[in-house]
Amino acid sequence: MLGLYREQMDNATSDTTGLAIEVRGLVKRFDDTLAVDGVDLSVKRGSIYGILGPNGAGKTTTLRMILGIIDPDAGMRRVLGHKDPQDVARLIGYLPEERGLYPAMKAYEAIAFMGALRGLPLAEGRRRGRELLENHDLGHAADRQIRQLSKGMAQIVQLLGTLVHDPELVILDEPFSGLDAINQGKLEVLIRSLADKGTTVIFSTHVIAHAERLCEGIAIIAGGKVPFAGRVDDARDRIPAQVRLETSASEGPWKAALPQETRRVGQFWYFPLPETGIEPLLRALIDGNAGIQSLSIERAGLHDAFVAIAGEAAAADLVTRPLSEVA
Amino acid sequence: MNQSSQSGRLSLWRAAFVVARRDFTAILFSRAFIFFLLGPLFPIVVLVLASTVGAQVQTSAITADVGVAMQGDDVDAMLAARNDLASHIGPAIPPMVELKRLEPGESFDARAVLEGREGSLAAIVTGTPENPELTAPAGNLARWEGTIAMIAAGASRAEPAAYPHVTTSAVATSGASENRGRLGTAQSGQLMLFLLIMLLASMVLSNLVEEKGNKIIEILAAAIPMDAVFMGKLFAMLAISVFGIAVWGTAGATLLALGGRSLSEFANPGVGWPLFFTLGALYFGMGYLLLGSIFLTIGSMAPTVRDVQTMAMPATMTQVLVFFFASLAVTRTGEWIEYAAIVFPLSSPFAMLARAALDEAIWPHVLALGWQLVCVAVFIKVGAGLFRKKVMKSGPQAVRQRPRGLALIVSMFRNGSDKPA
Repeated sequence: MLGLYREQMDNATSDTTGLAIEVRGLVKRFDDTLAVDGVDLSVKRGSIYGILGPNGAGKTTTLRMILGIIDPDAGMRRVLGHKDPQDVARLIGYLPEERGLYPAMKAYEAIAFMGALRGLPLAEGRRRGRELLENHDLGHAADRQIRQLSKGMAQIVQLLGTLVHDPELVILDEPFSGLDAINQGKLEVLIRSLADKGTTVIFSTHVIAHAERLCEGIAIIAGGKVPFAGRVDDARDRIPAQVRLETSASEGPWKAALPQETRRVGQFWYFPLPETGIEPLLRALIDGNAGIQSLSIERAGLHDAFVAIAGEAAAADLVTRPLSEVA
Repeated sequence: MNQSSQSGRLSLWRAAFVVARRDFTAILFSRAFIFFLLGPLFPIVVLVLASTVGAQVQTSAITADVGVAMQGDDVDAMLAARNDLASHIGPAIPPMVELKRLEPGESFDARAVLEGREGSLAAIVTGTPENPELTAPAGNLARWEGTIAMIAAGASRAEPAAYPHVTTSAVATSGASENRGRLGTAQSGQLMLFLLIMLLASMVLSNLVEEKGNKIIEILAAAIPMDAVFMGKLFAMLAISVFGIAVWGTAGATLLALGGRSLSEFANPGVGWPLFFTLGALYFGMGYLLLGSIFLTIGSMAPTVRDVQTMAMPATMTQVLVFFFASLAVTRTGEWIEYAAIVFPLSSPFAMLARAALDEAIWPHVLALGWQLVCVAVFIKVGAGLFRKKVMKSGPQAVRQRPRGLALIVSMFRNGSDKPA
């Protein structure tokens, strides 16, 4: 039975796009609330992809539509080459935002049960459950009931249950929430190791640092829309690099060379890097006797990019949406 | 086997089996299961206690003596005649007590004694055996007039009565008693079916609350069809119920056998005992699945255990109404009301079990079971669909349209956990 299961998994999917997920114009409305409004996503196979957005942005609803838990009102979705996500349900692992396990179940049984839901034979699931727990320093908890575990341990057990059937696509909804810093670090290592094996990992988060460290691609969702989808570097590039200038002179003709958006904080001047580059500006400052003490160019972080992009989208959303949808 | 079937989600039956296996073992190996098995003992103990106490209360409450106030010899004669008559007729003859032995010419005010409400006197006989005078409330006069006449006749010295010995000869049954017996079997079968379904089907009301409370429902919904979750839960509880019934049935049969009782005390059902039991089991399964699927749907809409508990009473009352409907149909065989009870899915198992007791035909049961099976499938499908639509979503909900029918019930249980994601 196990042999057949492996053979089925090996032969299961093949598509020519190289995309694990392709989503176009997804729309979902709950009564008079537009939760998702034309979302487009493309996730490469074997990549780590982050879906970022503030609370209530539509991240979970988008993931639920990708998983087939709910159907979109409009738009197209293709998951592992299949239009209906349920056709590849056994190749997907899913960790929902709100964690849940049967409290009376033993840890290894809980993992086996989640595998059984994805077609893994129960005996094999039990064996793998014990093995996974051992490999993640939880071997001592294998025979303990879920209710006897700490919240963090139970969360790891559920995560292992998400992976027990060797899925090709792993979808994690806010996987870092509820974990302490050490376990967050372990989870990052685990996600990287999955991607190294060729597994596609998608996770949603509103903690930008995880996405910045892990993701090749990200989508920022705000107000049910995707104002940005692409590489992390591209998101950063949305915000021009900032120049930090320190001068000995406080006044002089050199000030005319500074861009209009320049602001002063303490002894520093901040302004966006001019499109013409730094050299012409540098020359004007020297010629104008600015007395340059220090000058550095600071590239925008993903956090700044996220705040700017999501903030713009939210502001635009407030302007364009009917009041009933915003409320 | 195509790609989708290899990598797609589990088939309906296999997924239902995974859910049912989890539920069955979780319940069977829980500590609370022993209380489930002992459950039927509690009403039996209460019933025995109530009947014992009730009988004592009744005995003391309705003891009503007939007093005798006559001249000495007449009193003795009346008491002897009463005892003689009671030995033939039994407890229908009221106890008779001596009130007073009167001297010749002495009068006795029976009315005053009765109005004094002393003791447990219900009537007083005065006069002589040849000319008895009964004093009692109006209701008792009519009740005991004939009896007192018979006693007085026995006590009369003028013409002593003799009661000939009656030789008895019993027959197994008669046409009338066979019909009456089958009706009794039908009603007993219906009652048993009702009690079992009422005990067990209501349990599924709270079945999905655990999954919703633990947030496991989303993992289930992502992996397997919601129909399979419903089916798995229903069949797990059905298996638990069958296990319980097997234990209770064995215990009950053993107790009956020890008490020297047997099925021969009931009239043979129309289809015979073996088929009657088989049909009983099938109709229990169908009745359970039909009611259970509705209760599971209603329970699945409830956001908290408290809401489920609130729903338990109306759910039980609904079952009682269905039972009354089916019971009424037993007394109207061949009339439209019987056919209505057979066609209406919820009363169909009860009505058909009664029919199995009353009628020999087997083909109606094949039809009825098929119909009930279709209804079970429809109920599960609709229930799972409603659950997916109303509960498995992440956006906020608000009442936007006037609710009707089942939607009204559903609207009562707007999922409190819904929030924008």
